[in-house]
Amino acid sequence: MAIHEPVAYMARTRAYYQAQGFQRAYAYAQHDDAPFAPLPKPLAQCTVGLVITASLAARAPLEPRQVASAPIEPVPQRLYADDLSWDKQATHTDDAASFCPIVALKELEQEKVIGRLAARFHCAPTEYSQRTTEEQDAPEILRRLRDDGAEVALLVPL
Amino acid sequence: MSLISRHLEANGMPTVIIGSALDIVEHCRVARFLFVDFPLGNPCGKPWDTAMQRRIVRHGVSLFESATAASTTARSPERWGDDGWRSAYMQVTEANRLTLARMGEDLRRRRAVRQSRPDAP
Repeated sequence: MAIHEPVAYMARTRAYYQAQGFQRAYAYAQHDDAPFAPLPKPLAQCTVGLVITASLAARAPLEPRQVASAPIEPVPQRLYADDLSWDKQATHTDDAASFCPIVALKELEQEKVIGRLAARFHCAPTEYSQRTTEEQDAPEILRRLRDDGAEVALLVPL
Repeated sequence: MSLISRHLEANGMPTVIIGSALDIVEHCRVARFLFVDFPLGNPCGKPWDTAMQRRIVRHGVSLFESATAASTTARSPERWGDDGWRSAYMQVTEANRLTLARMGEDLRRRRAVRQSRPDAP
């Protein structure tokens, strides 16, 4: 099977919104390096928190988004993402496990690959404003993860 | 999500991102990233394919222990199959240019209405 170049989403998005008449291109966050927290102990002893970008309830396209949390049990069968940008022609989000891997993580817990999955998962709002993400949403998600006893976090953006 | 990852890492919490937008995540730079080369929407595996989802999530969490430095990107070997989505996503063509321009006008109009409300955030 042919190996493809990954899709250039930043360039693709820029051209798309230009065609819609938006003059100013979105400035994606850019950094030259990244902070790195070493694993404090073996993964088999760590509590794993899960953060996704879908939401717990349907939202209108321009509705304000906020951090939300829900228990991992019962495993949610339906999560909502119609107001987010993803490939609505090529696929669908009817199977929540394809972007909210609670079942797969519970299996890894049973196999003792991870210590345990935290009792809640969290929904991060994808914000146009990077400042809102950095100053408001990210600290709130960290606080909730710590409340759950999470020591590491698996993040799954759509 | 990359900015959230950076915030958690800066505060001592290790993270792994499983995602499908390689250029956006690497532009921002994060600690550990499993790139799954699928259409945006199902980074943990094709819908209803629980075996594939299990493999991808297992690969993702393995980066917690295998990554030794920031900006570690691993690539999932999983394949979507049909590759038509690669060129079709957000495609701008002569055929849809007028439709996109009208969509943009409609969006700006709706935003203006929303912002003119007294209770607008």
